[in-house]
Amino acid sequence: MRLKAALLLTLLAAACPPACPGAWAQELTGTLRKVKERGALTLGYRDASVPFSYLDGNQKPVGYAYEICLKVAEAVKTHLKLDRLEVKLNPVTSATRIPLIANGTIDLECGSTTNNADRQRQAAFTNTHFLTATRFVAKKEKGLDKTDDLKGRTVVSTSGTTGIRQINEINAARGLGMRILPAKDHAEAFLMVETGRADAFVMDDVLLAALVAGAKTPEAYAISSEAQSRPEPYAIMLRKDDAPFKAVVDAATAALYTSPEGRALYDRWFTQAIPPRGINLQLPLSEAMRKVLSSPSDSADPAAY
Amino acid sequence: MLASLDLSVVATSLPYLFGEGMVFTLTLTALAASGGLVLGTGLALLRLSGVPGLTHAAKLYVELMRALPLVLVIFWFYFLVPYLGAWATGAAHPIQVGPFASALVTFTLFEAAYFAEIMRAGIQSIPKGQSAAARALGMSYAQTMRLVVLPQAFRNMLPLLLTQTIVLFQDTSLVYVLSLTDFLGAASKVAQRDGRLVEMYLFAALVYFAVCFAASLLVRRLQTRIAIVR
Amino acid sequence: MTYHWNWGVLFEPSPEGTGTYADMLLSGLAWTVLTALGSWAIAFGLGSVIGVMRTLPSRAANAVGAAYVELFRNVPLLVQMFLWYFVLPELLPERIGAAVKQMPDAPFYTAVLCLGFFTAARVAEQVRAGIRSLPRGQALAGTALGLTVAQTYRFVLLPNAYRIILPPLTSEFLNNLKNTSVALTIGLLELTARARAMQEFSFQVFEAFTAATLLYVAINLVVVAGATLLERRLAVPGGR
Repeated sequence: MRLKAALLLTLLAAACPPACPGAWAQELTGTLRKVKERGALTLGYRDASVPFSYLDGNQKPVGYAYEICLKVAEAVKTHLKLDRLEVKLNPVTSATRIPLIANGTIDLECGSTTNNADRQRQAAFTNTHFLTATRFVAKKEKGLDKTDDLKGRTVVSTSGTTGIRQINEINAARGLGMRILPAKDHAEAFLMVETGRADAFVMDDVLLAALVAGAKTPEAYAISSEAQSRPEPYAIMLRKDDAPFKAVVDAATAALYTSPEGRALYDRWFTQAIPPRGINLQLPLSEAMRKVLSSPSDSADPAAY
Repeated sequence: MLASLDLSVVATSLPYLFGEGMVFTLTLTALAASGGLVLGTGLALLRLSGVPGLTHAAKLYVELMRALPLVLVIFWFYFLVPYLGAWATGAAHPIQVGPFASALVTFTLFEAAYFAEIMRAGIQSIPKGQSAAARALGMSYAQTMRLVVLPQAFRNMLPLLLTQTIVLFQDTSLVYVLSLTDFLGAASKVAQRDGRLVEMYLFAALVYFAVCFAASLLVRRLQTRIAIVR
Repeated sequence: MTYHWNWGVLFEPSPEGTGTYADMLLSGLAWTVLTALGSWAIAFGLGSVIGVMRTLPSRAANAVGAAYVELFRNVPLLVQMFLWYFVLPELLPERIGAAVKQMPDAPFYTAVLCLGFFTAARVAEQVRAGIRSLPRGQALAGTALGLTVAQTYRFVLLPNAYRIILPPLTSEFLNNLKNTSVALTIGLLELTARARAMQEFSFQVFEAFTAATLLYVAINLVVVAGATLLERRLAVPGGR
């Protein structure tokens, strides 16, 4: 009897989308409902968050986080039993991503966004996909390595990031008298160091490593040994107070990270040549990252990892 | 120094620069100019309507827009438009607005304030006797405006309207702050990816100059022609 | 509506440790005003020279003036900002270029120069129009009195022209003030940039932008009031 009912329901569901709209849409809320009604999901991507989300040689978004989002989009499509789901793309910057999630312009933010308690008041985060600490990069010839070496220097960071906040706080707390310039995106900030406009660029170390690897003369740069923060979790961002959508996204990311596919995805972007110029970041899976992937968590607390 | 410029980066990125960037810039300019003109004419009519509430509302809008820097207005609308959309349509959640649509709304509403001032001057330049004559012929207010005043105001102001459109064309480059891919956005993305700032920004400046200079020469020719007819 | 208003945020301390968010916006306002005044000094001086050149009976002076105006009017301000900031130092001899880039407050000096040269083209057009609008007799009278060309401009033409173009100059001054916000792209911490930073740190988008909007409106009102006063003080008795 129960089997029969279940079969009937499945049949109904399969027949539903074209035949009886409303019946399904009624039970859905928030983002899921919107996606169902429009048959489209919008991803926010970044210009230059290598290798998480950035533009390749043809100016199309690619990257580790971007591919995770595509997988999530597939899961959403399956969950909603849609025949086809259009994936729309919207460029975001560090400064625009949170308001754009809140105001509904994008549904998932696929980039290098740190999940922290502060931001959780504005947005929700799914399971962590990377851990990174804040450090700075400078030209080797400047001999900058510790936080205190930045005393009185001109320092650049990307606006809207945890990095610029942390360096501001350190600057105030230790009275280092740095000039802190905000840049629109990571590529622009790194250029300021490359062209000598700034002495150092404070940012998540993995992004710095990728920028150095892609620079014209990678050997000319050094990343600080002292970190300005503990390793913090990166996660895909979504709208706050939308539990049904978050449940779908959480399930999809957890399934992906714990599967061999998740590991392969990591290896593809961190241990192999990546577009557009075939650089290899050579960041094999660390013990901490192994834990991140094998036991998915959406905690914002760095101590949880 | 100039000899060491690497022009191949410009050459290889031409399809992207023009196919994507310039198309975005031109489409945005054309649509925002048309929308801004319609809205601006409306605002000018409201401001000259003599109805106290309407006159003041239109004046307030125009003055406010003209007091604010475009960059700030761009940020405002990029974050605000979805909420406005929700409010306008009565939706429970902010509605989704793509980057192009958002930029279009921003520039249309911003330019409307500037077009409104031009059209106001244009309407005021038509001698009062003309509308009085039209009314005496039994035309309604709408007919007077549509058939007598606006066509002349529009023609007299055409050079100014076109000059403002050239300014708009230049101003669209400010969508750079939102990471959108207009012509300058495309150039800067290539510049930053390949570390070729000097080449790409010089090239962008050259293209903008060529387009705007040619357009302003055309406007000047048009101006002398109109002057003769008058 | 999913937006949570919180006006109290203005009086919360900013993470920069130098005061509240309101202080942050006010420091932005100070940079905006400073940049506007600095660039206006260049724009007014250079613009007057260029404008005068375009009214001189010399072909060469005319051509130089016209070329200047066309060049600076037909390239978007943002592109000019990038040329000054990113391109110019690379084209200078390496030692000078490096020194330029290492300058403290480089975004400020760059913005002042860039806006000054940009606005000068607009001021030049106004000055030219002002001088052209004067009756030819004024210049002739100057010559008849035995004044040199420079003296004629200094004592006769320019004082009259400036009075005539005071209203359009006021609006150019305001445009210049608003244009300082474009310098946020090269890292100048002016008002719009500070409002954006406040939004990023506190996540209160609309409070930050509303506060900035009110400050811009206030400063506009101050400038307009100042210009009206100036106009009254400078009015020639018995003039129009």
